[in-house]
Amino acid sequence: MTETYTLKIRRYDPESGSAAYWEEFGVDLPPERSVLDGILQARDRQDGSIAIRCSCQAAICGSCGVRINGKSRLACNTKIGLAAEAAPNGAIVVEPMGNMPVLKDLIVDMDAVHWKKVQRVVPWLLPEGDPPEREYIVDPESMIDVTQAMACIHCGVCVSACLSMEVDPDFIGPAALAKAYRFVGDPRDAHAEDRLLDLAEDPHGIYDCTHCFACVEVCPKDVAPMNQIMRLRRRATGDYGIKDANNGYGHEKAFTDLIHKYGWLSEAQLLPKSYGDGSLIRAQLKPAAVRELAAKFPTIVRGLASGKVSPKTALIHHKLRDQDEIRRIYDEVESKDDRLELNLYIIGEDGSEEGEAAGSGGGAEEGAMAEGGQES
Amino acid sequence: MKLAYWPGCVSRGFTPELHGAMAAVAPKLGLELVQLDRANCCGAGVIAEHNQELVDTLNARTFALAQSVDGAAGMVNICSTCQGAQSECQERLDADAAYRAHINEHLEPEGLEYEKGGAWWNKNFLWLLVEEIGLDVLRDRVVRPLEGLRVGPFYGCYIVRPTRRLGFEFYPERDRYLEMVIEACGAEPVQYAGSHKCCGFPIVTLHRENSLRQAGRHMADALDAGADCVVTPCPLCHLNLDLQQPEARPFVERDLGMPVLHLPQLVGLALGLDIKDLGLHRHVVKTDPVQEKVAALAGAA
Repeated sequence: MTETYTLKIRRYDPESGSAAYWEEFGVDLPPERSVLDGILQARDRQDGSIAIRCSCQAAICGSCGVRINGKSRLACNTKIGLAAEAAPNGAIVVEPMGNMPVLKDLIVDMDAVHWKKVQRVVPWLLPEGDPPEREYIVDPESMIDVTQAMACIHCGVCVSACLSMEVDPDFIGPAALAKAYRFVGDPRDAHAEDRLLDLAEDPHGIYDCTHCFACVEVCPKDVAPMNQIMRLRRRATGDYGIKDANNGYGHEKAFTDLIHKYGWLSEAQLLPKSYGDGSLIRAQLKPAAVRELAAKFPTIVRGLASGKVSPKTALIHHKLRDQDEIRRIYDEVESKDDRLELNLYIIGEDGSEEGEAAGSGGGAEEGAMAEGGQES
Repeated sequence: MKLAYWPGCVSRGFTPELHGAMAAVAPKLGLELVQLDRANCCGAGVIAEHNQELVDTLNARTFALAQSVDGAAGMVNICSTCQGAQSECQERLDADAAYRAHINEHLEPEGLEYEKGGAWWNKNFLWLLVEEIGLDVLRDRVVRPLEGLRVGPFYGCYIVRPTRRLGFEFYPERDRYLEMVIEACGAEPVQYAGSHKCCGFPIVTLHRENSLRQAGRHMADALDAGADCVVTPCPLCHLNLDLQQPEARPFVERDLGMPVLHLPQLVGLALGLDIKDLGLHRHVVKTDPVQEKVAALAGAA
């Protein structure tokens, strides 16, 4: 049944010389139609100058990324009825994507941000030696790992939502880093280590991701870019032992070592150990680490002065009563040659033992437990 | 209500006032907390980044310890990061029987086993307040409605994203609970841009400037929106928003001075608990403006 909805669209035309402004349009559509249908109806019937990029209208071309009620989405796979329910004051708010300059109305400059960042990660295969006479032969298991990253349609919705990019426009960002993993994880690529070294050492690379899940939440293709960034980190530290200048290696090592030692976290030790590649002694010897720690000093003094941190808390940390069990678990897991990873993107979720969920039969379960990683 | 209680690491480390506040608030709400002293760190995303099997085993261990508490309705935590990190592991453990069995093999020598969810749950204190205790019960127990106190909610990423993992399908209003609790306490929720954004803490040792720029920006936004204070269910957010707030100031080039309360502290104030019992005197950013408003309420009563 057709209903009337109000779209509140952010308009901007740089050639007019005027500032951006809001304009409301009433549209008539059944609730299951899309917000994009609404925008196109407003353009057809009321104002032909409304600018939006779109093509397939089926969430595959990745052209119609916008922000709807503040959330980054594809306009074509957002139902207008649901958008209206979530709308403040009844009007569905439609804005151009964030973190990218606006060219006109709902069109942003993807070249200036998204595509430039994708170029930054060398988004093509770099095999070694002469190509084989026919196709490359790749073990299907080894491709499971990169399937999720390959599902990206480059809509830029994750770039729009990225909270690290909001404070650091130079951050390489979720889409481009997911693309980087697509090649780092590809067994045909011969430059995984070079790629990882590059992305680990860049202050705007893999260690600039703040782990906020914004990209995971908004991706229309379930690429989970943040998870791909975490895989890049895992490869950089676990497989290649890359000790980067951003303390990414040190932070991970210090944290995991402290839990191995005590079972729970000692913030007082985490900080200095992070700056010393996991070691307290190295932290005293590295000039950069001493500089970082000195910068932290006022924080520690304030913590003590406020009474929230006692010298005892800061200096003495006890291990858990059953710490031997934690160490045994570490030893059991970490003594394996390969890391075991369950990929929910491949198997789907829930109810596998009942054999009801799609793709969760016995074979799929086995296949889902991919063993990634390699010993360096 | 008897609960297995996971306080997390930070509430017993650099935010001891949170641990104390929770201990003070629990009896007022009829909660019996059985603290999981043997349980381990959730990994805070870092161990997940390091090794998935390791983090899943560590959290399965915590769940198994919680499940072995006799008569407990479920498990409660007081940290958004614990909630998110543990939910991530629980999602994988519950998704696949063979994987779960494999993880449980690591727990067997200790005589522990994680049994798939079912009726068992692990909830942050925020979720517990709304879904298990109930806002009506909370309202009934409020003896000092915080009238006139303007409070900005700050959730912490791990408790609001990704919605699919965090049960929003069944509890679609979980991203509005802080506002609802603030109202139930008689205070006024303040809308501002940063309420559901990232505090920046996870990169404070990796990219300090970007981390503190996030913290500073959110506190400045809350200030501009007229908040007297901010409240958070996440002690890691508290570290960046309170402990680091003076450090964040240069990156936003303005004075901030925004008090940041832990969720049990705000609830405790409404339940009539003493400022000192709630540890409000143990913050880096002084909570005096909040204390003064509360004192004025007491005077008026």
